[in-house]
Amino acid sequence: MSRRKYDDTGDYDNRERKRRRTDAVEIEDRLESLIIRVGEKSTSSLESNLEGLASVLEADINNYRNKILKILSECAVKMPEKTTIYTTLVGLLNAKNYIFGGEFVDLMARKLKDALKSCMWKTARYVVRFFADLVNCHVISTNSLLQLYHSFLETAQEDNAPQVRSDTYIYAVLSSLPWVGRELYEKKEQDLEKLLKHIEIYVNKRSCKHVAGLRVWRSDSPHPQEEYLDCLWAQICKLRSDNWQEKHIARPYVAFDQVLCEALQHNIPVITPPPHSPDNTYPFPWVVFRLFAYTDCPEGPILPGAHSIERYLIEEHLHNIIKQFHLERKQCASFLLDFPLKQKIPLEYVIVEVVLAEMFHLPASRYLQICYGSLLIELCKLQPATMPQVLAQAVELLFERIDTMNTCCHDRFVSWFAYHLSNFQFKWSWDDWLHAAKLPVDHPRAKFVVEVLQRCMRLSYHDRIAEVVPEQFDCFVPAKPKVIFRYDPDLGGESYVWEILHATIRKMSKHVARLQKDMLDSRDSHRRRRSGAETRRASDESESNSDNSSDEDTARPRPTEEEIERMEEKLETAHTDQKNLFLIIFQRFIMLLSEHLSKCDTERRDYDTHWYRWTVGRLQQIFMQHNNQVERYGKTLNELLFTPDLDSHILDIFNQFMSLRA
Amino acid sequence: MNTTLNLNYSVELSSYRDQHFKGSRVEQERCLRYTSTLYIGNLSFHTTEEQLYELFGRAGAIKRIIMGLDKFKKTPCGFCFVEYYTREDAEMCMRYINGTRLDDRIIRSDWDTGFIEGRQYGRGKTGGQVRDEYRTDFDSGRGGYGKIVQQKLVHAPTN
Repeated sequence: MSRRKYDDTGDYDNRERKRRRTDAVEIEDRLESLIIRVGEKSTSSLESNLEGLASVLEADINNYRNKILKILSECAVKMPEKTTIYTTLVGLLNAKNYIFGGEFVDLMARKLKDALKSCMWKTARYVVRFFADLVNCHVISTNSLLQLYHSFLETAQEDNAPQVRSDTYIYAVLSSLPWVGRELYEKKEQDLEKLLKHIEIYVNKRSCKHVAGLRVWRSDSPHPQEEYLDCLWAQICKLRSDNWQEKHIARPYVAFDQVLCEALQHNIPVITPPPHSPDNTYPFPWVVFRLFAYTDCPEGPILPGAHSIERYLIEEHLHNIIKQFHLERKQCASFLLDFPLKQKIPLEYVIVEVVLAEMFHLPASRYLQICYGSLLIELCKLQPATMPQVLAQAVELLFERIDTMNTCCHDRFVSWFAYHLSNFQFKWSWDDWLHAAKLPVDHPRAKFVVEVLQRCMRLSYHDRIAEVVPEQFDCFVPAKPKVIFRYDPDLGGESYVWEILHATIRKMSKHVARLQKDMLDSRDSHRRRRSGAETRRASDESESNSDNSSDEDTARPRPTEEEIERMEEKLETAHTDQKNLFLIIFQRFIMLLSEHLSKCDTERRDYDTHWYRWTVGRLQQIFMQHNNQVERYGKTLNELLFTPDLDSHILDIFNQFMSLRA
Repeated sequence: MNTTLNLNYSVELSSYRDQHFKGSRVEQERCLRYTSTLYIGNLSFHTTEEQLYELFGRAGAIKRIIMGLDKFKKTPCGFCFVEYYTREDAEMCMRYINGTRLDDRIIRSDWDTGFIEGRQYGRGKTGGQVRDEYRTDFDSGRGGYGKIVQQKLVHAPTN
């Protein structure tokens, strides 16, 4: 409604209306704040807070129905760590007002449909989890949840759809089972078993071509490197064998059982997954990062085993905290250390494992490397009595296992560790690594130590580092001021070469991205200018002032069609350049590796040398680090370079990469 | 999620305003909100440009670094300007590098309206930064005692 209408009315009326409107806004804000804050630290019990809030909301449902529905549905997907609190609240409201409960379920179903249509997989997964937990609160019927599960499972039967699609749907089902498994087991055991049988068949027939490229370590010792869906499946199987008893999830609805079991249940409207479209993107699969075993932790609370569902739930919760607070490292660190179940687990160990898991995530970590580096510094500062020791233990374990570490991760490890040391006076028990000085220079351990020292010197200066490391490392510390290495003068430059190569590729990618954005913006503004002119003519009389966007456009000169065409040409040229850049790089790799392999073959030598591993690792790194860009040229690469006649060792690297989206 | 938290705390403008800025306060603030240049303070006089690239490059691609110099001696005097290509990268620096260490010192970053010729020089009477004139502590990374204390020490009678 426009302001002018008010002006026509009497002064008193006007003020009265305004007053009423601000009152309404105030009440809405208050409701929002009450709902969002429920479950935060408080002097009274969670149960009494929930009971009180349910009564307040019940009284306001008639006047503020839509607002309340909207806030609750947003909390449901945006605060997954509080799932059981909100399901209890919805349960209590449903018991008081059945119609409201039904409206909420419909709204969530619409949210789920929209999320599936627009590839918002995380939202979809949290809605499914919320539905599952609503079964526990007697808001949703068991049968309709099972029906939803089965419709998700049907994606496993689709032809011509990538595996990552059905993986995503099945992951949504599996990851909600810790919440509702017990209830299904008690009420619908046979249906649950049938469901699990279907999932088992799916899990067993999946292709695992993509796994090798996503592993942080080539070796499965001491910890198996499991793919995420395989691992969750194993955890769910373990949960089943424990009769679906888990100890992590706090379930406030148990206290309200008597009220809730009286309530009538709703059915989730039928939801069928929208068909696959080539434009859809699905999450990459990943390999679960495992660093610690319970034997690595001191006495005290025990680290849950790799296949216990608690490990999954704790890790997911910690990852969510990082996701929510990664922008403010200090808050993030204090929220991690204030983890609700900190008494029950060796907290520092799980935090370090989760942060390192994100740091080493392949193909790329979610945030900048320095985001994790600075978070680890804050954690050490906040918990100086324990955190630095646990982190040092982690570094020792990583170093012990570095022989089979993925090259991308090796680089990230070097870069982070030098940065971390630079914040703690380069204090480290360097003596423990003396044996590395006796290893061949391209042995991963020797390489690690050299590269860390080089990085430290780049962050500091020669004498500072020479001062902290033992004399026996002199072979690693280049003489001052000229860089001279005992074994190979070229070695000092090697990690630089790769850095420069990746920086070049990144620069190219940024150039392409910018041209693309400019072109799309211009095309967009060109289109809007045309339609905007028409709308404005049509809306001359209307009171709306919604064409702010076209006002903005008038400030900038309007791009002509010729200009847009020129931009398109420029973009095409840039794409060709980018493609050629990748072709040249990959061709060099193929030449070097093929030569090595055939030479070893004729000379009957083992091809699997350090050099070979590094070179393959570097090739893999190009794919991983620039996956979005390389993906575009997959077809060309397949036709021109990675052809079937190529040595399978080289071809495998390409196929692993291509299977990430398959 | 705690709703009282501000997730943009690190990138908000500080209360500091450069008194030498040519323009109104409003203009200055507008510049600060769109800039991708940062002022970096509390550096050691010995910290080199290469070290700065190594650390600040971790937040994003750097367009240029301008070393702060002593007006007379033309030697580094403990500050610099880091200009990133994008505002987002500069924000990453504010979030993740501000308040961490370089050459064992806690360095500070703040938004800057952008480099103008002449701003690379210290504004203290003796050529360095003003803060190094009045300091009374001994800071080996920043030339020992503050300039005024140093002068007093020189003129103090020695036995």
